[in-house]
Amino acid sequence: MATAATHAGAHEAHDHKPSFFARWFLSTNHKDIGTLYLLFAFCAGMIGAFLSFGIRMEMEEPGLQYFSSPATYNVFVTGHGLIMVFFMVMPALIGGFGNWFVPLMIGAPDMAFPRMNNISFWLTVAGFCSLLCSLFVEGAPGASGAGTGWTVYPPLSTMGHPGPAVDFAIFALHLSGAGSILGAINFITTILNMRAPGMTLHKMPLFAWAELVTAFLLLLSLPVLAGAITMLLTDRNFGTTFFDPAGGGDPILYQHLFWFFGHPEVYIMILPAFGIVSHIIATFSRKPVFGYLAMAYAMVAIGVVGFVVWAHHMYTVGLSLQTQSYFVFATMVIAVPTGVKIFSWIATMWGGSIRFTAAMHWAVGFIFLFTVGGVTGVVLANSAVDKYLHDTYYVVAHFHYVLSLGAVFIIFAGIYYWFPKMTGRIIPEWAGKLHFWLAFIGANVLFFPMHFLGLAGMPRRYADYPEAFAGWHKVSTYGGHIFGLGMFVFVIGVVLAFRSKERAADNPWGEGATTLEWTLSSPPPFHQFETLPHIVDEPGAH
Amino acid sequence: MTAPSPRPTPSRGAARTAVLCAGLAFGMVGLAYASVPLYNAFCKATGYDGTPRQGPALSLAAARSDDSMVVHFDTNVAPGIAWKFAPEVSSIDAKLGETKTVFFRVTNTGPTPSTGVATFNVQPGLMGGYFVKVACFCFNEQTLQPGETIDVPVVFYVDPAVRDDSNTAHLSEMTLSYTYFASKNGQPVTAAVANTAAPGTKRDF
Repeated sequence: MATAATHAGAHEAHDHKPSFFARWFLSTNHKDIGTLYLLFAFCAGMIGAFLSFGIRMEMEEPGLQYFSSPATYNVFVTGHGLIMVFFMVMPALIGGFGNWFVPLMIGAPDMAFPRMNNISFWLTVAGFCSLLCSLFVEGAPGASGAGTGWTVYPPLSTMGHPGPAVDFAIFALHLSGAGSILGAINFITTILNMRAPGMTLHKMPLFAWAELVTAFLLLLSLPVLAGAITMLLTDRNFGTTFFDPAGGGDPILYQHLFWFFGHPEVYIMILPAFGIVSHIIATFSRKPVFGYLAMAYAMVAIGVVGFVVWAHHMYTVGLSLQTQSYFVFATMVIAVPTGVKIFSWIATMWGGSIRFTAAMHWAVGFIFLFTVGGVTGVVLANSAVDKYLHDTYYVVAHFHYVLSLGAVFIIFAGIYYWFPKMTGRIIPEWAGKLHFWLAFIGANVLFFPMHFLGLAGMPRRYADYPEAFAGWHKVSTYGGHIFGLGMFVFVIGVVLAFRSKERAADNPWGEGATTLEWTLSSPPPFHQFETLPHIVDEPGAH
Repeated sequence: MTAPSPRPTPSRGAARTAVLCAGLAFGMVGLAYASVPLYNAFCKATGYDGTPRQGPALSLAAARSDDSMVVHFDTNVAPGIAWKFAPEVSSIDAKLGETKTVFFRVTNTGPTPSTGVATFNVQPGLMGGYFVKVACFCFNEQTLQPGETIDVPVVFYVDPAVRDDSNTAHLSEMTLSYTYFASKNGQPVTAAVANTAAPGTKRDF
């Protein structure tokens, strides 16, 4: 990568910070908003994790142990899915790390629209409050909460849930969606207009590339979700019949609209992780990332192709053979740019002087686990196989390997990598490594048996199951406990970091860390790059 | 803000980028809504998702006497309307291209006049493009007085082209399904629509 030739050093002198309330509630500083997003994602993630704990406790044995009715179990499943997707992974990877490091990496003083950035964050918080409200008002008859699954398919979400819980959930998606769209506009404008002199798009760090592609996916897909759930809302409350056959509507149309959003959404969650893992692998292999341009355009390709594969989520609705063939083929094409990325990471490590820091543990673990999830994805892409595995635990295993073990592992990798930069403190390496091993073992014990359950025919979203599935469900629950133990180690590591007197150097990771944020102090000054850095090419940088 | 903050003022280029992005977002919302009529038109044109075609009857010469398809009839009444609804026969054997007429008997068993409209669909969904309705009671709403019974016809044929499509060439049976709903346009929907019963309660016939 390119490095800064000049470095503005005068900003510490007039580093005014506003009062507590103005700083954290009226914040317009991209680093403070990034911090707010990360803290919010942690809190939401804890609630989402509590819901998944309820799911795993219930599934440990056949029969109903903890839930009074299967409807409440479904509310937990729905809440877990919506919270983890919209209020944990997206705020952490896009709002959190994106706000913190995109301006730093491209040499910008802040985001293009700092006030709008603040609105984005508080819209997300308001959406989360609305979702929490939905848990406590009536949804399905006689039960509180929306038990529709994160997909909110009609007719279950219309005539199946007469209570207002689904309206609250839809409102939550509207608010957080509006926040995400504003955030996406902010990222695109910042990256396209505010790069430091000399920072061309083809010299831009891969994390900024990842956020740029993600922002475009958000901009094109979220409005479609907003439209679809608005139609759902008017179907529920104002007598329209977009998805109601009684008035000539078609519930299948909702599935098309939802998955036109839903499939890009999975890339929205994983592309920023791709960006972060590239930097971590390069830093701790002490080599520039292998195939920089191929890596950047692989993300663009994944984003583009991600928009034309949505019906692989709907193989069972009765598509013609030709339509299915197309979606099978298009889906498998995505394995090509994804393979480019996996092999480029391996090639980056090849022959490098690798240091197995905590962050590197998480990044390498991610590559292995994401590949496992990718392979089951290629299996599921086949419509003939998918008809057998549709809505089974095999699908649950697949998307938890790419999200829970993919996106979430990289959230932790990013925290261990950038924590010294963000706070100036150092999490003990042993804590990060112990956390990694507990999470790695725990998550595999938790999710790998779900492949067997799915192949044996265990369906998703059921609170009860036949005795035959009990063994692997028990193993899976034990894995969940191990994973949860890791979270305590993480919290201990963060507490120790803040209690220790040790302070992080400007660049604690040495010469492999070449992006602009490492040229600043740790933590960076409240306002940075008042004199813009000039980017010059290093011979043979990439 | 109390502290002086050197906020970067967005350049004209930045403002233009932001406006273009916002336009893109609104355009996508518009496309989401535009997809509703487009999807309907697409289904009608292609028979996608089990949507039967509509058109005039074929000439007798086009009929194929050597090949036929068993058409089953399925009738349902949605919650919210107290009607009884049954076909005169449960299935018929239709020669490909031959125009057939089948009657359905509808009775209002409720105490008040009510208006219903039937939605229709064929299974397997892939047959939608080859099942052609010449005339159907389901194209219009019906209003029945309490206790009134009417016989309503559907006139259809199975397109012989069904044998030229590799998706449907092997099929020998299909189902034409109707569900009567309380009309949402004709009169206010009764509260019972929102009740908890499963959609499409099957009636005996």
